[in-house]
Amino acid sequence: MTSAAVTATGKTGTRVHPKRIGNILFGGSAWTFGILVLILLAAVMIALVIGAFPAFQQFGISYIWTEAWNPGKDTYGALAPLYGTLISAFIAMIIGVPFSLGIAMFLTELCPTYLKRPISTAVELLAAVPSIIYGMWGLFVLAPLMQKYIEPGVISTFGAIPGVGLLFQGPPYGIGLLTAGVILSAMVLPYMVSIMRDVFETVPPQLRESAYGLGATTWEVVRSVVLPYSRVGVIGAFMLALGRALGETMAVTFVVGNSYHIKASILAPGTTISASLANEFAEADGLQLSALLANGFLLFVLTFSVIGFARVMLLRLQKKYG
Amino acid sequence: MDTSSVAGSQLIVHKRLRTNRIVTTLAFLATGAGLFLLAWILGYLLFKGFTTLSFHLLTMDTPPPGSAGGLANAILGSLLITGIGIGIATPIGILAGTYLIEYGRGSKLAEVIRFVNDMLVSAPSIIVGLFVYQVVVAPMHHFSAWAGAISLAIIALPIIVRTTQDMLQLVPDALREAAYALGAPKWRVIVVVSYRAAFQGMLTGVLLAVARISGETAPLLFTALSNPSSTTNMSQPMATLPVVIYKFAGAPYKDWQDLAWAGALLITFSVLILNVVARSFAPRRN
Repeated sequence: MTSAAVTATGKTGTRVHPKRIGNILFGGSAWTFGILVLILLAAVMIALVIGAFPAFQQFGISYIWTEAWNPGKDTYGALAPLYGTLISAFIAMIIGVPFSLGIAMFLTELCPTYLKRPISTAVELLAAVPSIIYGMWGLFVLAPLMQKYIEPGVISTFGAIPGVGLLFQGPPYGIGLLTAGVILSAMVLPYMVSIMRDVFETVPPQLRESAYGLGATTWEVVRSVVLPYSRVGVIGAFMLALGRALGETMAVTFVVGNSYHIKASILAPGTTISASLANEFAEADGLQLSALLANGFLLFVLTFSVIGFARVMLLRLQKKYG
Repeated sequence: MDTSSVAGSQLIVHKRLRTNRIVTTLAFLATGAGLFLLAWILGYLLFKGFTTLSFHLLTMDTPPPGSAGGLANAILGSLLITGIGIGIATPIGILAGTYLIEYGRGSKLAEVIRFVNDMLVSAPSIIVGLFVYQVVVAPMHHFSAWAGAISLAIIALPIIVRTTQDMLQLVPDALREAAYALGAPKWRVIVVVSYRAAFQGMLTGVLLAVARISGETAPLLFTALSNPSSTTNMSQPMATLPVVIYKFAGAPYKDWQDLAWAGALLITFSVLILNVVARSFAPRRN
């Protein structure tokens, strides 16, 4: 390293100017590209707002809570895809959170050292599998399974309960919001696990060990020491996964059913903002294009507020404990 | 202590241990389920895709339904678009990451950029597709491979910024100071000392970005679109593996679905191998 620096001075020491020009050029371009990151976010928002403008102009703000999607009559409303986006992400979290807590607990508290690396790698690989593959797997493997075994079971177990049962009625289509939620839960699981594992590891070993020393069981250590200490980060991990689930496209598109009607049952086909974009955007024009862009804008606002909140949480943890 | 309280405390201990046993068993099962899922997905991919793997995949273009064909156009397109995308994103990302650590360290601006960049890392990729449609495809009035490459570059950029920043942060200041003390100008210190010290980590970042964008589908659907024949013309629509998989897997033709599985096998294993290779370059934590 030093020898390289010596030759650097040897070359530039006698001439002052090139040295300065190098600094200005290099520092200037670094600054410009740094700013570019900020501009990118602003530009994305502006482009979406401009694209969404005709739709909002036509239908007003009530566009957001109108359930309508009729390219024939050229009337649109965002409620059905918005509802599907929220519900499928919610289902994904309900399934994904307990699993990810279990795996993170296993990795940090229970796992023998020689298994830690291979299992962590497996989790990272699960995160690296492209989302289109989850989509295919959902279409060809999960959807038939859901239709034949899981959904009939769900319908006969929960469908009869008064009130809540409304959520679980109707024929087992195999595709629908529930299947989309299940696929999403598998997709966001590795993200949650890898962040949560890192967050759990910020807990100082002294705290953990003193609790074990007092005779606490593994579960008591996790519940009373690890989780309270790292709760900000854990919430951050959940929110980040939620942001991911809200915006995920390819895993959902095949299995969500593409129906613009809101049904009470989560077994019924629905659609999400991203799935409707994937299906229709390339062939859309006029008001439909603008409505799709408006949905994209809503998705942008939704995901970026969730992700922003998650980042603030994780940043707080980082500042507090290094 | 009388016998009843001893029995009582034994009962409590018993209950605590039982709860613990239940929870740890559940944690084991959750981990098992996660590993099983990975094995299931990869195993099913191998099972479905392997039979269609043949030399034709590399030599023939995607066929119309009912005739024989391969994935040559999609593979070529994926390589081109991913390569150009990463080629755009790498210098920009490395310089932006350099700004955050070498120039703006501690400044308010750098903090804001870092925050925004972290948000962009987890931004939904379909939003990027919409953005590029609005700023590239719509003004040009046609879909093009350029637009696809730009959207992939936008997805790769924050990943590269993030890893560059993390890796440069690990370079000890003493190294930089030694170079400064010898009279090196700042840019030389960065290029010759900081970059060299952080090289492996930065390479990991770029490779992970390649892995991430080579499987991306959503942003290509309305930028690069698709093309039934092989082309290297970047201003025309171009087929890519993920988009062809999407189109063929959802179609009702058996030979299209078989090709989709073969493509899925190709893309998944390339991505996973890239990931493993990238991680082997990464400096070990702690």
